[in-house]
Amino acid sequence: MPKRGLAALAITTVALILLLSFKTPDEIPGSTTGTVAVVEPVTGTTIVPGVTAAPTATAAPTASGAPKATATPAPTAASGGTTKVDGPVVETRYGPVQVELVVSGGKIKDVVALQLPSGRRSGQISNYSAPILHDEAVQAQSANIDLVSGATYTSDGYAQSLQAAIDQAGIG
Amino acid sequence: MIASTEASMRRVESIMGTTVSIDVRPPYVGPEVLDAVVAQLRDIDARFSTYRADSEVSRLGCGELRAEDASLDVRHVLAACDHLATVTGGAFDARGHRPNGQLDPSGYVKGWAVEEAAWLIDGAGGRNYWINAGGDIVARGHAEPGRPWRVGIRHPDRADKMASVLAVTDRAVATSGDYERGAHIADARVGRAASGLRSVTVVGPGLAFTDAYATAVFAMGRDGLGWLASNPETAADYAAYSITDDGRAIWTEGMEHYLVREG
Repeated sequence: MPKRGLAALAITTVALILLLSFKTPDEIPGSTTGTVAVVEPVTGTTIVPGVTAAPTATAAPTASGAPKATATPAPTAASGGTTKVDGPVVETRYGPVQVELVVSGGKIKDVVALQLPSGRRSGQISNYSAPILHDEAVQAQSANIDLVSGATYTSDGYAQSLQAAIDQAGIG
Repeated sequence: MIASTEASMRRVESIMGTTVSIDVRPPYVGPEVLDAVVAQLRDIDARFSTYRADSEVSRLGCGELRAEDASLDVRHVLAACDHLATVTGGAFDARGHRPNGQLDPSGYVKGWAVEEAAWLIDGAGGRNYWINAGGDIVARGHAEPGRPWRVGIRHPDRADKMASVLAVTDRAVATSGDYERGAHIADARVGRAASGLRSVTVVGPGLAFTDAYATAVFAMGRDGLGWLASNPETAADYAAYSITDDGRAIWTEGMEHYLVREG
């Protein structure tokens, strides 16, 4: 396999990882379905030497969460004209991700997840980092306010609302 | 109790099954601008009402009108509802609200209608005003120079008290809760009544999505706040505050920016 082809493969690998890391947020924490569609055999992708494949817009990282490649890919020889290429370990916001491409006849035959964020089952990369939540007992306040947000009241419910009192004072 | 007695331009109207209040501070706009706001809200209500058999939404629901033949507004609303259903994993679902699965985009329409109507005031030169549609709010500019609007979050058990106060400028504030119309918000994902929370207040840039996210987070229950704070669609621009059914308040890190501490 020519060197440039490998370079293109490496870029493809990074693009796949970017796709992986940005696919996952569609899922809700606690949901039981979490298989990542990308960790499936990708067939028919022709590697054209010299073509510098760039990650597509959908896989483009945002400034704040840009995954960072920390290793260069190294090809692993395999029997039967098939080559395995380990992608770089990419730090995503969910943890390190690494995939392996199985290449035969210049085409990607399979993509295998070698490393997924810890605690996730293979092929399942979905977990939100625990956000900081503040918590304290509810107090009843009588503060200076301009208006009130609350669950939607009916026109009847409005009559009893604090907003009605505010409106009355403002119009009166 | 009321923060400012400064002269302001006020309007209160019964629209969309609730009461809409408007407060404009200098620079004022002509009274005809507020007339136009009210007229536009009534028009949208008529076109999207699920209670009127001749509304576009009703005709869509019964198959009399095809989606591709609907007005631009209706197609926008349906597309936005579908987007929100995807983003929220189905917790906000304009098609799953009702037991019969009937199309009901009203959970999106009210916030969107108010957000759209607010542009009429902007276009007429208004810079400092709020519109409160049954507890869901668009607040632009300031109450007076240098002072953000102070929005009370209603205490779920005390209609005359607040649980907290938010200071906002150029923000939408929406609350979903169980205390006004009963436990009517079902978690569309599992078809059961939402539980664990008494109310959820979301602060965000526009009322249409802010209102929808308040509905979704309330439906998700306690997990909803963590979801809002970490979902890429919402994490940067939206903050949530919730009162739980065991009498506590929990809020996301982003809400710290709005909460008024001294009361």
